[in-house]
Amino acid sequence: MTRISGGLIDRDAVLRFTFDGRAMEGARGDTLASALLANGVQLVGRSFKYHRPRGIFTAGSEEPNALITIGTGAAQTPNTRATMVELSDGLTAFSQNHIGGLTRDVMAVNDVLSPFLAAGFYYKTFMWPRAFWERLYEPIIRRAAGLGRLSMEADPGVYDEGYLHPDVLIVGAGGAGLMAALICGAAGLNVVLADEDMRAGGRLLAEREVLNGAPAPEWIDTVIAQLRQMGNVRIMPRTTVFGVYDHGVFGAVERHADGPVRQTLWRITAARTIVAAGAIERHIPFENNDRPGIMLSGAMRAYANRWAVTAQRNADDPIAIFTSTDDGHRTARDLIAAGVPLAGVIDTRADVPLSPDYPVFRGATVAGSKGRKGLRAIRVEGDGPARWITAGALGVTGGWNPNIALLTQRGAAPTWSEAHRAFLPTIGAGDAMMAAGAARGCGDSAMAAIADGAMIARDVVVALGKSAPDIPLPEAEAVGADRPAGDIWHVPSKRRAWVDFQNDVTVKDIALSHRENMRSVEHLKRWTTLGMATDQGKTANVTALALMAELTGKPIPETGTTRFRPPYTPVSLGVLGGGDTGAHFRPRRLTPTDAWARKQGAVFTEVGPWMRAQYFPRTGEDHWRQTVDREAMAVRSDVGICDVSTLGKIDVQGPDAAVFLDRIYAGLMSTLAVGKVRYGLMLREDGFAYDDGTCARMGDAHFVVSTTTAQAGLVFQRMEFARQCLWPDLDVSLMSVTDAWAQIAVAGPKSRVLLSRVVDDFDLGNAAFPFMACAALTVCGGLAARLFRISFSGELAYELAVPARYGNALMERLMTLGADLNVTPYGTEALGVLRIEKGHAAGNELNGQTTAQMLGLGRMVSGKKDAIGAVMSRREGLANDPRRLIGLMPIEAEGTMVAGAHLFTPDAPRNLGHDRGWVTSACYSPHMGRSIALAYLADPVEGETVIAANPIEGGELTCRVVSPHFVDPEGGRLRD
Amino acid sequence: MLIPHPLLGPRDASEFTYLGDASLMNRPDGMADGAEAAFCEYVFLRDNPAGVHRELWFHEHGDRSWLIVTRNTLTHEVLGAELAHKGGQA
Amino acid sequence: MRFSGFRVLQQALTGHKGWGALWRDPAPKPAYDIIIVGGGGHGLATAFYLAKTFGQARIAVLEKGWLGSGNIGRNTTIIRSNYLLPGNQPFYEFSMKLWETLEQEVNFNAMVSQRSIINLFHSDGQRDAYRRRGNAMHLTGAGGELLSQDQLREIVPFLNFDNARFPIKGGLRQSRAGTARHDGVAWGYARAADQLGVDLIQHCEVTGFLIEGGRVQGVQTTRGDIRAPKVGVAVAGSSSRVMERAGLRLPIESHVLQAFVSEGLKPNIPGVITFGAGHFYISQSDKGGLVFGGDIDGYNSYAQRGNLDVLQDVAQGGMALMPMIGRARLLRSWGGIMDMSMDGSPIIDRTPVEGLYLNAGWCYGGFKATPASGYAFAHLLATDRPHETATAYRLDRFHRGYVIDEKGVGAQPNLH
Repeated sequence: MTRISGGLIDRDAVLRFTFDGRAMEGARGDTLASALLANGVQLVGRSFKYHRPRGIFTAGSEEPNALITIGTGAAQTPNTRATMVELSDGLTAFSQNHIGGLTRDVMAVNDVLSPFLAAGFYYKTFMWPRAFWERLYEPIIRRAAGLGRLSMEADPGVYDEGYLHPDVLIVGAGGAGLMAALICGAAGLNVVLADEDMRAGGRLLAEREVLNGAPAPEWIDTVIAQLRQMGNVRIMPRTTVFGVYDHGVFGAVERHADGPVRQTLWRITAARTIVAAGAIERHIPFENNDRPGIMLSGAMRAYANRWAVTAQRNADDPIAIFTSTDDGHRTARDLIAAGVPLAGVIDTRADVPLSPDYPVFRGATVAGSKGRKGLRAIRVEGDGPARWITAGALGVTGGWNPNIALLTQRGAAPTWSEAHRAFLPTIGAGDAMMAAGAARGCGDSAMAAIADGAMIARDVVVALGKSAPDIPLPEAEAVGADRPAGDIWHVPSKRRAWVDFQNDVTVKDIALSHRENMRSVEHLKRWTTLGMATDQGKTANVTALALMAELTGKPIPETGTTRFRPPYTPVSLGVLGGGDTGAHFRPRRLTPTDAWARKQGAVFTEVGPWMRAQYFPRTGEDHWRQTVDREAMAVRSDVGICDVSTLGKIDVQGPDAAVFLDRIYAGLMSTLAVGKVRYGLMLREDGFAYDDGTCARMGDAHFVVSTTTAQAGLVFQRMEFARQCLWPDLDVSLMSVTDAWAQIAVAGPKSRVLLSRVVDDFDLGNAAFPFMACAALTVCGGLAARLFRISFSGELAYELAVPARYGNALMERLMTLGADLNVTPYGTEALGVLRIEKGHAAGNELNGQTTAQMLGLGRMVSGKKDAIGAVMSRREGLANDPRRLIGLMPIEAEGTMVAGAHLFTPDAPRNLGHDRGWVTSACYSPHMGRSIALAYLADPVEGETVIAANPIEGGELTCRVVSPHFVDPEGGRLRD
Repeated sequence: MLIPHPLLGPRDASEFTYLGDASLMNRPDGMADGAEAAFCEYVFLRDNPAGVHRELWFHEHGDRSWLIVTRNTLTHEVLGAELAHKGGQA
Repeated sequence: MRFSGFRVLQQALTGHKGWGALWRDPAPKPAYDIIIVGGGGHGLATAFYLAKTFGQARIAVLEKGWLGSGNIGRNTTIIRSNYLLPGNQPFYEFSMKLWETLEQEVNFNAMVSQRSIINLFHSDGQRDAYRRRGNAMHLTGAGGELLSQDQLREIVPFLNFDNARFPIKGGLRQSRAGTARHDGVAWGYARAADQLGVDLIQHCEVTGFLIEGGRVQGVQTTRGDIRAPKVGVAVAGSSSRVMERAGLRLPIESHVLQAFVSEGLKPNIPGVITFGAGHFYISQSDKGGLVFGGDIDGYNSYAQRGNLDVLQDVAQGGMALMPMIGRARLLRSWGGIMDMSMDGSPIIDRTPVEGLYLNAGWCYGGFKATPASGYAFAHLLATDRPHETATAYRLDRFHRGYVIDEKGVGAQPNLH
């Protein structure tokens, strides 16, 4: 146990948890990392490549080593940073990436083999014999790959999504962020203050700062209380702003401490943003610098001051600090103040003063370490003879890098500052995204950050047209300027010194990358995998760049820059996917007769967004084919009814409606008489068929256009494009009325009889209401309706439309009134059979690759007028297309046609060069008593024999080319 | 992205459907001589600039207006938006 | 130096002192026989095949950034030959055959891994279309099989079979498909081309073309004029920008496609899986990262970054298809600029400027085409005739009406 006094934890609230099955205790306010340290745990994980034993290295989201699996079962969450897990009672945590246990990981053999596993080694071997890659080498590599493990069960987490539109988004609630929020909030702006930590305060929580004469946490509490009172400031702890997108849109994830929702994805659109995300400390690579017990000096300070823990295994093990800046001494002072034994501070600078409180090794470096599973000693060199010094933990600092991740996701590349020895964000005048505090290099002291936050906030307030309120800064003791940092990026060694801990990238790997001419920063990253681990190299990238600069002899900014892409820290796919998953992945559109169909026991199918009745099984039918055959036959012999409301319906009105439709359709519509319907084919402007349907003229200046179900939205969009962008001079208006009307097909020889029982005083006789007639009328005693005499099945048929809310009742009425006529509801399956029998094209035929020629409708494209696609349909490749829609029947009556088979002349080789076409749609035709199909075939000759080849499922079928109109080719039935 | 709708103010781009270069408004006359060549240009060839681009967006989940948006394809900065039917020839 | 397991052992024991540069950094010469503009996968492969297979010498590859900095370094690494149309399928199958011997040919392990691709279908119409496509694959020797839902439950039991908005009805599998290590492909071709004497010139941007009397004479670059009687341009993503300097407009729009990778996880996902009812496809790399993507952002862009909507859309598709990935975390995202052509298919052809050749329009399918694209472009540059599998990739196919439109959506690039 290495718990010390003080800190911001609630010792009375004891929380029990387990780590690899060992029961432990922590306190409220602990993270899993601080609680593990408090329990003397140094070894928490294994590195990715060499399986080196690793300990906690940081106190924040930049953690490279302490990746833990939290929980078990479906909720098991791998790769979780122990430093970001808020300790809770009953938490179960597991180390990961080892075989045989954390302490005896057999994969550690990789460490022994490390000379063979240098950067890029795998590109140079495993090539012989060729077949061994998938069979031997890759399986071995994959067995070793990855860190944690997914449960492979569906994530039980509940996720939500929300939108916020503040005036100002402030990222980071440290000194700069809190002060900025105070000013923006007091100016009356709507503010969102987000911080990834569970507690506001940022670095102030980790230091022994005194503000207004009291410890900094008291100032934090006061500010938070003031912000809460304002009402226009939303304080969001546990919220990571992970991505910056165009026009001030930010992605953020809030992790809820309790409640049913695990995480919420916030889309925050802000007029201005202040990034006050602080700075991230960097280390100094030296030989074996990755031992458990070695951590960043600033993290060590945070653990001592905020969580009252130290990093040794035993409280009386001395701690050492290795530093090139004054910051290391700050850690030493804080540890001494907490009564922690100190072995000394190893400072790379020769000219620093000695300290009365602890030994200072001036002009020295740490050049080695001992203690495979926990630090035991360090080797000090440079200030005399090299010697080993006992140390149970070591804090390392090589300075701080401003946290510019969000600031470079959209904006300009960062600027190198020699004074800071770091990249600073590049911010232009008037930019909507600003940086404040340590994030832009103004974090030397708490007051420097707070003052900078105030200054930036005032700029933002003014930019948003408000006046900046006069809020005094807190009072703090003046601090002297730091001495210049030592000019050191690493401690040279013949052995391995780690730069990127998680991915095991060492100084030697960077030298190798240089030797192999992988010198640009992107080549370096890709060759060595530097910065590619889950921590994205937050503690490594700048150091690596400096090392490459050292090797090339070029200055750092010429060697490259560090830029970032979203996300700032890894974000769960569950929350990114939002709450709409499983059956709720997409909205479900229900037809007007859905309730009725359900009552009938219909089987439903997805048709785009719609749920449509596929067929209506009856008792005794135990195969869908029985049902579908019965339904199709009932239409051919009696009468069937089917909900076709999903077809698109567009109302076209206005004096120029007819002219407009002439330009939309390949054929002429202006010659259509009022009360008549015409089949219409729409082309895309490139000349290919786009959609088909009917066009009904309800009045001189009023048409109703129908589209296919799939294209309803697109056709409407395209017609609006034509109206607004191509011909704004035409006086015409469009309205999508798909949802307004329930439309029911009534098809079959007895359809007229059935319909005559619902229409009000309307002559359905062939003379008064012939094939392709339409009318507005009333049904069922005064209900407004539209009737179209059109047929998809080839039978005498109508489509009756009533306001959508009456659709269900109409269906019930038709069923009741038609009982004696054997009225039979039919679904999409029978609809498909009927249209194939009649040779009508549908989705499989109109797949966007089809020409009017192929459909046999080449002559429909009028040459007398200009219409969309008409000109381009005459290009040679389209006009000379030899393929035509045909019917196919197997020569052997019992043969089964399948859609997707390719067609060949019987003696032709079966390859794409001799391919003549393919089967588009196939079904069993109860009418024909055999399998039939529609197909596109090049240069077809009616009656010829072709082979339908289906090599993917095996087998060929010999078939005869026939007319696609299997039923009533003369069309007598539908005109009766 | 946000699209500054001339009537409705800034709207999230997810409410819109994108079509492409505003030159698609300049449809050639299909009955003119040489129409096929003119249409081939119109349908297939684009300037595709790396910089300022005038382009068509449809407010599909909104007021169904077609907009001409002027946007920089290098930075995604939107410089303006106007109703297509009032924008005249692009 | 030849790469081999022996060499790795030998170097390991001698401190890796003996490794040399993967390629030289030569200064540009005043003139070459052939200049390739673009040091991405296609350009490097073209240079390699020109030197190796077509016996050409005095070749330079000009790259404005670092080698492999274009889409070869920012994609989802999928290789497959599961196309439908006769203009495409033989070409991609040729590419697959080249993938199968690539590593031995260039002496570089690009981790070509034939772990299969499964395209899921969710409706009868999709099944019919996949059967048609699968048969086209068989007719070119690419193989493939239709899997039933029961078979899928065996192979990929973690998919959402029982609570799906669009139930999985089956899938089309190509076992020979899989992934390759994208950077490794670029580096393998680059190193092999360099060893054959090709000058790979980095940080050398082409700013114009030297054209006299309708004939190309060379290029202007940020490092001076370089002359050559033949110039091949392979700069997908920037094709319009570069060819504009030769006075050409192309049937191409530039769009951004995002791709994503998760943190490393113990490998559990076999091969590549594509969702048929949403924009989502996924594989798992040899390092354990889930590599996934979806639709393009959908608007013209030259910025190598996209927006949040697409990320959400992709993650939503992923969660709908395989809700066990919910606890995995997105680690990195990136955006690449796609040459979206007007029919979704590429162009490998001569241009109206004599001696100037174009390789462009790869949409988001360029990676898998890398070997065949390089081979076919080299064939065209060396012989002035198209390779037999690339005869359909003509620039004039749009005007003449011979588009190769796999998706059937017409001249709207953001729908391909």
